[in-house]
Amino acid sequence: MAAFEPPHYPFRPATDDGARHRVVVAGGGLVGLTAALDLARRGQPVVVLDDDDTVSTGSRAICFAKRTLEIYDRLGIGGAIRDKGTTWNTGRVYFGEREVYGFDLLPERGHRNPAFVNLQQYYVEHWLVEACLATGLVDLRWKHKVAGIVNGADGVRLAVETPAGNYSLTADWLLACDGARSLVRELLGLAFVGKVFRDRFLIADVVMHADFPAERRFWFEPPFHRGGSVLLHRQADDVWRIDFQLGWDADPEVEREPERVRARVRAMLGPAIPFELEWVSIYTFRCRRIEKFRHGRTIFLGDAAHQVSPFGARGGNGGVQDADNLGWKLDAVIRGEAPATLLDTYDIERIPATDENILNSTRSTDFITPKNEAARAYRDAVLELAARHDFARPLVNSGRLSRPAVLHNSPLSTPDEAPWADGAPLGAAAPDAPLDNGFLLDRTDPNGFTLLVFGEGAPGGVPGVKRVNVPVASVAAERYGAGTGNAVLLRPDQHVAARWRRCDPAAIGHARDRALGRVA
Amino acid sequence: MTALDTSPRLDDPDLAFESLVEAHRDLTPDQSRRLDARLVLLLANHIGSVTVLREAIAAAREAAWEAPEAGR
Repeated sequence: MAAFEPPHYPFRPATDDGARHRVVVAGGGLVGLTAALDLARRGQPVVVLDDDDTVSTGSRAICFAKRTLEIYDRLGIGGAIRDKGTTWNTGRVYFGEREVYGFDLLPERGHRNPAFVNLQQYYVEHWLVEACLATGLVDLRWKHKVAGIVNGADGVRLAVETPAGNYSLTADWLLACDGARSLVRELLGLAFVGKVFRDRFLIADVVMHADFPAERRFWFEPPFHRGGSVLLHRQADDVWRIDFQLGWDADPEVEREPERVRARVRAMLGPAIPFELEWVSIYTFRCRRIEKFRHGRTIFLGDAAHQVSPFGARGGNGGVQDADNLGWKLDAVIRGEAPATLLDTYDIERIPATDENILNSTRSTDFITPKNEAARAYRDAVLELAARHDFARPLVNSGRLSRPAVLHNSPLSTPDEAPWADGAPLGAAAPDAPLDNGFLLDRTDPNGFTLLVFGEGAPGGVPGVKRVNVPVASVAAERYGAGTGNAVLLRPDQHVAARWRRCDPAAIGHARDRALGRVA
Repeated sequence: MTALDTSPRLDDPDLAFESLVEAHRDLTPDQSRRLDARLVLLLANHIGSVTVLREAIAAAREAAWEAPEAGR
């Protein structure tokens, strides 16, 4: 019995036909709600249009990666996710009858967040809705469906359908977060280009009381599912997600029949473990994206912009990083603190990150679904070798799990003046570390720039930049490769913007201006 | 090592050839293919350079003859 009862949010008819709004988000899913909350916490009013009146159903995003948890800490819901979800750092890979190897994703201590927390997406969406409402700035409009769009140079005009009739509104900025089948994308006629994998996967959410450890388990060709792979993840409320690879020739209608699914699960778990099916679906995976994410005043985020196969948990996590990247930029542009061209850096930074996600998830899917007999021979050879030789383990690819993108060569970063070989590179998401009985990332300014200053007596502050002192003999200093008198500037999304061995306030101010796109 | 060395280097070419052929004795075509794959992976790791591996892949592909007797 799942504990979660999906909420139904109230429909309210529009009373502002023809009104103009600063920011409209199309799609109240994981990414749309994250973007809305991020902007609202920066003080921006946001209208969210969603064609449904509830959170997502069934098995969607389940693995929330460390970076996503850090973003949700900044937005105030990280603790709820950690408390409810299943924390895991380890995994195991099997081939045939045998265990090939196990792995630990976060051997390094001293981070608030684990490598992953597994949780059903609907919980996160539910808390995002509550957090959005708590800001008093998010106007959530359930059963308001975008039906038409004119993407003008001075505003985006939207036609909206509701059960109480149609209306129109104009947005200064439209954030298209309406998912893989994005209607906004379709209405603008944007090509969504990539590849389809010729394979089908059965995804079953199963409720059971089993004492398997909370770890990711991946089987290649197990005895209970010959000819395919199986992935097992534990979620909250004793819900387990199982992915069965079925092959391209499988008939989705037949495979979806509950009795057939139960037989597969029973073969896997054995006869002694009782279970209930909570959700069943059949997927074919795709990797694709639109060419550009920003189209004037319409900006695409999440699955509306890009789609990946699920191996590696790069869909939801990638989308949340989109929102993290865009929120502070759009806020600065709206406030007039940055030119609109700052928004072009969303494309410059997130398109390479997207391509990295697509590359990784494509390679994983190609390993799991070999394209021909030679590919299968190499795949099986890797697994055979990995059971005996360490060298082959890095070749096993059951999913390269989501890591935060390093924004290499971002025009917003200030190049190092002095050599800086150790620690997080420029453009990296700031590493967390213990600090003053707490954690470093919690000390950063959630809405602005932060300057980490290492050691005593280091340079003074810059107005509008929060200064955080960090001792030199610390894990933090090691993770930033920093010594006495060094300083590191973090952007409002906690990415490393600039760093100095010795710095003066003028340099800090200039680096901040550069990160805001005011100067080159 | 940064470039593929295609000069004659084997200390005992006849034994090398014999060993490769002998390794496949009694194997089905599928088993042979997997043995070769394991062998390639072990040797690739020993070489330790994707650059050299890719040069070897290119050299191997280029050396294929358009065999006139194909299909015989």
